[in-house]
Amino acid sequence: MPDAPEKQAIISGIGISRVGRKTDISHLDLTTESATAAIADAGLRPEDIDGIATMGDTPPEEVEQHVGGRVGSVAMVGTGGLLAPVMGAFLAVANGDARHVLVYRTVKMMGGSILPPSGGDAPAPPRPRPSARRAGGGGEGAEGMVNVMGDMAPLLTYGAYSAANWLAMHAQRHMYLYGTTKEQFGALAVNSRRNAAFNERAVYREPMTMDDYLGARPVSDPFGLLDCDVPIDGSIAIVVSSAQYGADCPNPPVRVESMGGSRGQGGWDQRPDYPKMASIDAAADLWSKTDLTPADVDIAELYDGFTFLTFAWLEALGFCGTGESGPFVERGTRIALGGDLPLNTYGGQLSAGRMHGYWVLHEACLQLRGEAGERQVEGAEVAAVSVGGGPIAGCLLLTR
Amino acid sequence: MSSTEPSAKPPMPVPDELTQFFWDGVARHELCIQRCQTCGHYIHYPKTICRFCQSRDLAGERVSGKATLYSWTIATQPFHPFWVDKIPYTLATVELVEQPRLMFMSQVIDCPEEELEGGLPLEVAFVEMSSELTLPLFRPARG
Ligand SMILES: [Zn+2]
Repeated sequence: MPDAPEKQAIISGIGISRVGRKTDISHLDLTTESATAAIADAGLRPEDIDGIATMGDTPPEEVEQHVGGRVGSVAMVGTGGLLAPVMGAFLAVANGDARHVLVYRTVKMMGGSILPPSGGDAPAPPRPRPSARRAGGGGEGAEGMVNVMGDMAPLLTYGAYSAANWLAMHAQRHMYLYGTTKEQFGALAVNSRRNAAFNERAVYREPMTMDDYLGARPVSDPFGLLDCDVPIDGSIAIVVSSAQYGADCPNPPVRVESMGGSRGQGGWDQRPDYPKMASIDAAADLWSKTDLTPADVDIAELYDGFTFLTFAWLEALGFCGTGESGPFVERGTRIALGGDLPLNTYGGQLSAGRMHGYWVLHEACLQLRGEAGERQVEGAEVAAVSVGGGPIAGCLLLTR
Repeated sequence: MSSTEPSAKPPMPVPDELTQFFWDGVARHELCIQRCQTCGHYIHYPKTICRFCQSRDLAGERVSGKATLYSWTIATQPFHPFWVDKIPYTLATVELVEQPRLMFMSQVIDCPEEELEGGLPLEVAFVEMSSELTLPLFRPARG
């Protein structure tokens, strides 16, 4: 198998800002915290950074001015979804376009706006409207006209306003086809909360029972409030370097084994294999570039904007068969910290908070470095990371 | 909602070159779906090129309005002011009978929750949501 270019990249540093709900900390302050932490963690100075990439609320030029480094040119990978800047950074260092690229994602409570990527044509992923009060902005133009790209307009027209609605229909179809139960979704949420207890930055750490889960306020059947991730403020940054820097890293470098992405055909509701999503194509892409198999993976940090998304990723990545994600997570033993496949070890977006896929990446790096403290999975060498759902999906295989 | 409070305006579709036929059809109470005039496949959402044969000869055609229920969700949280006084409502992905996996995103009305079931036969109904907006929704088929 020829080496994929991403194998020439490492993650040399990671950083996370203060995290919380309604913190009143500015985007720039959050970004500065995570970026400076990541650069220092990589053993670098800001002037070593020759590429800055993001999809988010703090423009790279702001970081260049306030933190340092050069914006440089990092082309987004169009199939990467929210991982587009990460994948772009991998390729930039592999191509020799940059030596050290700072990548960050900064979000505020409402999810954070998503800037059009400068070097690619990936669309902004849809995001939920958190409340009716806020619904006047974002996806609508003047006079309440629906003015969003592609297939989203019809969804909005019929009152399907949130990804919660769209994914609830996927979840319902999964339940209908495979007998998946609400309690099985709950097993995932409860497992995440159990893990969050070991993560001092997680926003919800108090124990959650299955009764708590089942009794949560309904949002869009079968989803209740505890099937949905928790909006937070925060920022996560990583430094991507070329593999040659691995020997000089002060911390264990995290190696990139493979990446996969997809902007799947069929949008939200026209895939012939519905309720499968772009995740299935992204996962196939990922496995096509490595000799490793799902059995080699020690920990899985899989996107959980909604519980069902993680189920979809478990199946897409081949940790279980099609339709088998419910039994796979049942009772939470297999996916617990001591189980066969520890899942969302930091608490996931469901309990730790919504960082649009960057906390899964941060946690995978911590685990592979052996620095995850009380929640450390002994001997973790291979991590799967996934982000996205619906028509946009990206995933990574990282190793120690 | 309180009767003194004016109802919020609905989010209005903005027809463009690709979707004008659809909304013209709705105005006539006809469900129209884009169809490739070369190979006969229906295509939804409307596109400029047929993905089956790459023909550009595409046109909106009236379909039967018959469908089966593919999936659904009962929306209990409104995400837009227009829908605040309409929750709960049943959002649905329906499969039009004209072609396998020809999905249509809509709502199911006149159906108790316990009767929602995969494969449920449905028919289109044109519902005036407000003075400005009529939508093709689906209800259990009557015959
Ligand atoms: Zn055709």
